[in-house]
Amino acid sequence: MTGIRLPQATLLRHALIFLPLALLLLALTYVVDAFTDYNIAGIAIFAIAAAGLTILTGINGQLSLGHGALMAVGAYTTSLLLKGQPQFPFLLTLLASIVTAGLAGGIIGVAAARLRGPYLAGATLSLAVGLPQIAIHFGGLLGGNQGLNVAPPAAPAALGGDFPQERWLAWIAIVAAMITLFLLANLVRGGTGRTLRAVHDNETAARLAGIDVARVQVTAFVISAACAGLSGSLFAYWVGITAPTGFGLQLSLQLLSAIVIGGLGSLWGAVWGSIILVLLPVWTSGLASNLNLSSDITNNLPLAVYGAVLIFAMVVLPRGIQGTATSLFGGARQLYLKRRLNQQTVEVES
Amino acid sequence: MRTFLILTVDGVTNGFVYAVVALALVMIWRATRVVNYAQGAMAMFTTYIALFAITHGVTYWLAFVIALGAGFLIGAGVERVLVRPVESRPPLNVVILTLGLLIFLEALAPMLFGGQVKSFPAPFSRNDLTIGTTQLYVSPFDIFVVGAVLLTMVALLLFFQRTTIGLRMRAAAFGPEIARLLGVRVGRMLALGWGLAALLGAMAGLLIAPAIFLYPNNMDEILVFGFTGAVLGGLDSPVGAVVGALLVGLGLSYVGGYAGSDLETMGGLIILIAVLMVRPQGLFAARRQREA
Repeated sequence: MTGIRLPQATLLRHALIFLPLALLLLALTYVVDAFTDYNIAGIAIFAIAAAGLTILTGINGQLSLGHGALMAVGAYTTSLLLKGQPQFPFLLTLLASIVTAGLAGGIIGVAAARLRGPYLAGATLSLAVGLPQIAIHFGGLLGGNQGLNVAPPAAPAALGGDFPQERWLAWIAIVAAMITLFLLANLVRGGTGRTLRAVHDNETAARLAGIDVARVQVTAFVISAACAGLSGSLFAYWVGITAPTGFGLQLSLQLLSAIVIGGLGSLWGAVWGSIILVLLPVWTSGLASNLNLSSDITNNLPLAVYGAVLIFAMVVLPRGIQGTATSLFGGARQLYLKRRLNQQTVEVES
Repeated sequence: MRTFLILTVDGVTNGFVYAVVALALVMIWRATRVVNYAQGAMAMFTTYIALFAITHGVTYWLAFVIALGAGFLIGAGVERVLVRPVESRPPLNVVILTLGLLIFLEALAPMLFGGQVKSFPAPFSRNDLTIGTTQLYVSPFDIFVVGAVLLTMVALLLFFQRTTIGLRMRAAAFGPEIARLLGVRVGRMLALGWGLAALLGAMAGLLIAPAIFLYPNNMDEILVFGFTGAVLGGLDSPVGAVVGALLVGLGLSYVGGYAGSDLETMGGLIILIAVLMVRPQGLFAARRQREA
């Protein structure tokens, strides 16, 4: 049970986890087919937004039912930049999306810092429903219902001319997700993470300890929105089109459900949730089309299964995948340590 | 002036439907401290049941009653089977549970009843009334909607204020522990509350369907507007819910009429944020509410 000892320094330890993991995932994209590469990119993109939401809802305790709208801000920023100048540098579109979504998050965060519980839920819910309508109202600029087309990023020539589009997108998404998770993991372990948690656990105590609660809450919103912006920008490249229907209420609800099903408050939980979010519909729609059912059933079965899984998970796995795994593993570890201690005591006595 | 009148009538009629949804949400919130996000989806489902009955030869009024009954059973069933085991868990779990139910029902409905948009019959004409040559901007169906909602509200008020079961339900919501000591079957009262709330939701679904048509997520926006109304009113106050929902109905109607219909939902957001910035606990919350 002693196993490998990871270094104590947070930065180094996280680097030792994330670097090999990123390399492993990049290698994985060579083994699988293009469709799976596409799905891997999707998982990584959703993991970025879900990880950001974990900071806000899981760790800071602010419920957001409107994170899809913040992803829309990022996606529209990227799409607009590319509409104005198709040759706009790829990295700069990501950066611009992070900045605009972060700004939007700051504005929402200032309002949200005054609201609690269901009032915050109501405000963010109407954000999820209201914001995409702007794209329809300003149809001339934002493309209306048809949306704006986004050309997928081209793989650099150095990788060879026949490097698959999907694999390049998966690479970008994996690298972006790993960097985001690495930064967020450091943040959560550090002082910022402690203040975020302190505000969640007991606001009055946090205030007494000298924490500016409102400022911390706005900070959480900005960080979380910046992640949503990055995710939204990549989402635009991934889907190839940015339209209001892509950022409906469903998206916001799926993000929230992903982090709860994965295990609220854990960054790994956000990853598990994103895997379920992307792969469950793929599996169920594959199953449904194999069964030769009517289109009404085939089209809706994935969502029905997703809804059922959510309900089932809340009744059976209340702490999500990560929480359940941790407590199972932790329980086993504790049992082992206790046994060993008992044995040692017996040895000493004899 | 003419536009203003039309928009006002529209706003009031819609506001009354939102008020029903808002009341249903407030009822569940007061009883179990849960916001039932599946309220709209449950209403959509019972409207499909009503339409199914109508297309199989049942009269509108019988179908109306069937839908209300189905709503009651679904609501009570959801509380008993799904919500109760999750009640003692972190509050977010119940939120996700009702969201899961929302997604599930919106996928189940097209699987059972077909996914295409359907029209839903109105029991009265939806054309405006005229007296002599003056047009009144009010249709018989509008009058029916407002009348039905007002009647329901009075019935609810009498039920909660004048009957023993109503008293028990209030006691169970106000102080479950003490109510239990006094012999109130709290669990049953909660199921009853969810059932009644879902019945209200079913009614809202039936009243709005002729105007917005019937499709799997036709109630999404209605739920958001009803919720906005309830939050405006303070979530704990039935009167507040009705006033809030009417405000939302009127506000949306004016925004939609004067600024463009695609800005309606944005208008709802702005109204909500504006009010909450001044009164973070809603308009009608007298004391500081328990934080959820």
